[in-house]
Amino acid sequence: MIRIEGLHKRFGKLHVLKGIDLHVRPGEVVCIIGPSGSGKSTLLRCINRLEEPTEGRIYIAGRPLPPGGRELDQVRAELGMVFQRFHLFPHMTALENVMSGPVIVKGMDRAAARRLALELLAKVGLQDKADAYPAQLSGGQQQRVAIARALAMEPKAMLFDEPTSALDPELVGEVLAVMKDLAREGMTMVVVTHEMGFAREVADRVIFMDGGVIVEEGPPEVIFTSPREERTRAFLSKVLRV
Amino acid sequence: MPPDFLAQNLPLLLKGAGMTLRLAFLAFVIGLVLGTFVGLARLSPWRPLALLTTAYVEVLRGTPLMVQLLLIVFGIPQALGLQVDEFRAAVVAFGINSSAYVGEIVRAGIQSLDRGQMEAARSLGMSYAQAMRWVILPQALRRVIPPLVNEGVTLLKETSVVAMIALTDLTRSAQLVASRTYRPFPAYLTAAAIYFAMTFTFSRLAALVERRLRVE
Ligand SMILES: Nc1ncnc2c1ncn2[C@@H]1O[C@H](COP(=O)(O)OP(=O)(O)OP(=O)(O)O)[C@@H](O)[C@H]1O
Ligand SMILES: [Mg+2]
Repeated sequence: MIRIEGLHKRFGKLHVLKGIDLHVRPGEVVCIIGPSGSGKSTLLRCINRLEEPTEGRIYIAGRPLPPGGRELDQVRAELGMVFQRFHLFPHMTALENVMSGPVIVKGMDRAAARRLALELLAKVGLQDKADAYPAQLSGGQQQRVAIARALAMEPKAMLFDEPTSALDPELVGEVLAVMKDLAREGMTMVVVTHEMGFAREVADRVIFMDGGVIVEEGPPEVIFTSPREERTRAFLSKVLRV
Repeated sequence: MPPDFLAQNLPLLLKGAGMTLRLAFLAFVIGLVLGTFVGLARLSPWRPLALLTTAYVEVLRGTPLMVQLLLIVFGIPQALGLQVDEFRAAVVAFGINSSAYVGEIVRAGIQSLDRGQMEAARSLGMSYAQAMRWVILPQALRRVIPPLVNEGVTLLKETSVVAMIALTDLTRSAQLVASRTYRPFPAYLTAAAIYFAMTFTFSRLAALVERRLRVE
């Protein structure tokens, strides 16, 4: 579904990604963990080219990621992205946010888009908030609308960049619950997260990144109980203690 | 101020105010339309366009309005052997000058938005133009209204330099009244009052519009 080969990313002199190889299979849930600054967000943002890779190849559903133009727009439409800070459109209601992709990108007629959006808002448990503006919603509600907005494009895969890191602790659960549902339905997901409980429960594969490389990867029961690498052990003992 | 002074001279001053208003209004419309494109072009991902418009803005902001006006009303037409209507040429001159300032306001308004807005729109598959049209500009619009009102007020006041090219705007009319009556004080005081009435009305109206937009 997503194949990454020899990916490097430099910001000027700063070498952030130093040769990433990763293959995400259809229906797989991959969780990426690792310390701050290790390049997790950068990796995710390279997958839909919000960041321009310096070197390496990326394939989406077998086809090389186009460099730009309409072809890139079309690939992005098939990859849902959920951000740490939601980035809902503040001048649109929750419903309009969810409708925006289908109407603007696909040219779907408004009545059909409205039905689809209401369905998706119901799916994330927010049908009664359809007419609320983002400013009137809690962080957890905003993030659920953002997930619905991404789903409205009927993506082949979803990318999540620390979707719960900006939330108050009591709101984390409702967002993770929606993500678990998605995983259960077979959505291909790449999730950068600090929620080790979520990774352990939902991930098919956990990837530990540090210093711009994948240090170790494997099924969660292996990574969390008997990691091979010292760096993985050190990181996990730090995050699992708190 | 003696009533007969007003009775005799107000019609002329109001006529001048009419020209000032027409001039400022038409120039502002040109400035808004042209300036929006200037602001968008400065942010264009296509470098040559961005650099060209940056130069355009820098030149217009780095030279006196008076000189720009003289150049457009007298200089260019003579060099090209054209006959131009001075009022129209002045409208164009003020419009172009204003477009540089409007362009900067639009650019700043867009840049003040969170980068994540553009990224969220693009990752849904919107093109740059679609993201601008449906996500960025509607939000920027709310933020640019106050500085645009400022620009409109400034523009209206600055049109008074057309008195130098013998167009009988409000300032020119006040000069005529002053020299005809030998009473500069009431002449210019009345002119000031009329200018203020115009700018004040404009900014009140704009504040009303802004409040309307904010409710949504
Ligand atoms: N646009 C940019 N320009 C320059 N440097 C950048 C840019 N984006 C990220 N970086 C740098 O790249 C490095 C990796 O950043 P990245 O955001 O990918 O890390 P991360 O693993 O997601 O960390 P966190 O857990 O804090 O989100 C950091 O040192 C960061 O400062
Ligand atoms: Mg990050």
